[in-house]
Amino acid sequence: MATLDTVAVAAPPPAAPLPGSFATFWRGFSANRGALLGFAVMLGIVVTALLAGVIAPHAPDEQFREHFLSPPVWQAGGSWQFPLGTDDVGRDILSRLLYGARLSLLIGLVVVTLALAAGTVLGLTAAFLGGTADVAIMRFMDIVLVFPSLLLAIVVVAILGPSLLNAMLAVAVVTLPNYTRLVRAAALGELARDYVTASRCAGAGTLRLMFDTVLPNCTAPLIVQATLGFSGAILDAAALGFLGLGAQPPTPEWGTMLAGALQFYQRAWWVLAFPGVSILVTVLAFNLLGDGLRDALDPRLQR
Amino acid sequence: MLRFLLRRIGLIIPTFVGVTLLTFAMIHLVPGDPVEVRSGEHGIAPERLAILRHEMGLDQPLWKQFLHYEGQVASGDLGTSVVTQDSVWTEFIQLFPATVELSVCAILFAIAVGLPLGVIAAAKRGTGFDYTLMGASVTGASMPIFWWGLMMILVFSVALGWTPVSGRISDQFYVQPITGFMLIDSWFSDDAGAFRSAASHLILPTIVLGTVPLATVARMTRSSMLEVLGEDYIRTARAKGLGRFRVIGVHALRNALIPVVTVIGLQTGALLGGAILTETIFSWPGVGHWLVEAIQRRDYPVLQGGVLLVAVLVMLVNLGVDLAYGLLNPRIRR
Repeated sequence: MATLDTVAVAAPPPAAPLPGSFATFWRGFSANRGALLGFAVMLGIVVTALLAGVIAPHAPDEQFREHFLSPPVWQAGGSWQFPLGTDDVGRDILSRLLYGARLSLLIGLVVVTLALAAGTVLGLTAAFLGGTADVAIMRFMDIVLVFPSLLLAIVVVAILGPSLLNAMLAVAVVTLPNYTRLVRAAALGELARDYVTASRCAGAGTLRLMFDTVLPNCTAPLIVQATLGFSGAILDAAALGFLGLGAQPPTPEWGTMLAGALQFYQRAWWVLAFPGVSILVTVLAFNLLGDGLRDALDPRLQR
Repeated sequence: MLRFLLRRIGLIIPTFVGVTLLTFAMIHLVPGDPVEVRSGEHGIAPERLAILRHEMGLDQPLWKQFLHYEGQVASGDLGTSVVTQDSVWTEFIQLFPATVELSVCAILFAIAVGLPLGVIAAAKRGTGFDYTLMGASVTGASMPIFWWGLMMILVFSVALGWTPVSGRISDQFYVQPITGFMLIDSWFSDDAGAFRSAASHLILPTIVLGTVPLATVARMTRSSMLEVLGEDYIRTARAKGLGRFRVIGVHALRNALIPVVTVIGLQTGALLGGAILTETIFSWPGVGHWLVEAIQRRDYPVLQGGVLLVAVLVMLVNLGVDLAYGLLNPRIRR
């Protein structure tokens, strides 16, 4: 009895928060300045996207016929009416970028949700059923991985036809193997643990074991992958838009805006520069955030 | 070793069949009949359509068509371009050296710059240099390279006039294609300016395609070096009085390189994806540019054959990396 008492008293160190608690996570995360910066920028983009209708000076496809390719405000000939200038049909670039933020976040959200949901089901199925199902699913993922992801996305769009929705589907298909492999590996690791056996002995069915018992313990790597997948999705969808295979004009999607700028960018740099900077900043923010989350959530991956 | 080799090669075959199944499915999933797609926008008479469908075996059951396709692929027949009427293989093999030249230069650029930077960052861990480089590295990895390429053209070609905008060499030079690699062919050509022209055309595309790999290499090298620098044999090397340069540059680097080399090898697919965008921006006459044009012209046989060839290429490179890794590191052979 005496020994038990001393153990019980000595066990909780006074100041350190419990491992796995939010406080531990926040301690690791907030020490990473890059991650905090990424988080702040991401919040800014989300607010911008939500308030685009309020803060944008003009409608995204409103054409001002007297102001073709007018330069940004700080350059000779620019005016506050169009702070970042106008494009070749007189649309306000700032307004288009603000509305474009909505599309980029939507793309990231849809792609990650689709790939995450499908990847989770496939990965858990492969891990739980094993045997033929496991081999079939994982071989299929290997085959998908053999294609360069952009090329495979191009092929999917070539089959489905170019549109924003199809581009999102294509990118989701292309990133599916990442999630499937991750879920399978994490689930296999958990399956050997005692709590799974205990749950099984208590009579839990396969579905309950899969989604209720095992999946919650695989979330850390999934959150990291989803965050990094968000930036990858935005980048790939913008590339498809740039190749004319994603969102179609006059949609103010950033990659599509760059494709539209191709004929004019040599005499109007602002048509090119700002959409690209928007893509870069957004992707960068999610990558920084993802790196920070990985370091904070997954001690095994820490460098 | 032989068992390892045979098993790895054996694994390639089902993957290859799977890949052909996908490219086969692709042409059947494209909306519209393959014959009508081939005949383009001119349309075709119903009787002629029936005859052509029979000739192409499209009235056969799907599994027979697939076996037929497998046979064709196995005998090297990848179909014919609808636009040029050339065989897909002929077109591919003419354009392929341009893509290889660009990709190899991009990787060499990424290694030549990224490796030393990563080593220095690891040696100076926690300094301003380290933080700056890691910031630059995550920025490079986030770069939309299609935009990056256009910005480079805007600055270096349009504003400063230092480099040409597009193509592989100026029109004024004619270089006999011997190897297909412009740098080599122009070096041996009689025209003194040809090599200069070819090199200046290659600079911007190399930098643009090399940006993401550069970021990856620098980052990987740094983390791999940091891991190795904590090992006991490094402490031993230091303890026996070796200089800092020798410890880092020889003892640590040699061991840190293995994961870096593997990652570089496994990036081939991503590199080819980047080549699609880079070649499109610089009108570089390579495989990526060809595939994008095939989509725009709805030249599905080219798309089908080209995608298959690229996938096989990635498969072979991955196999090569695996085998090389097995040779270098006996632990993974089991």
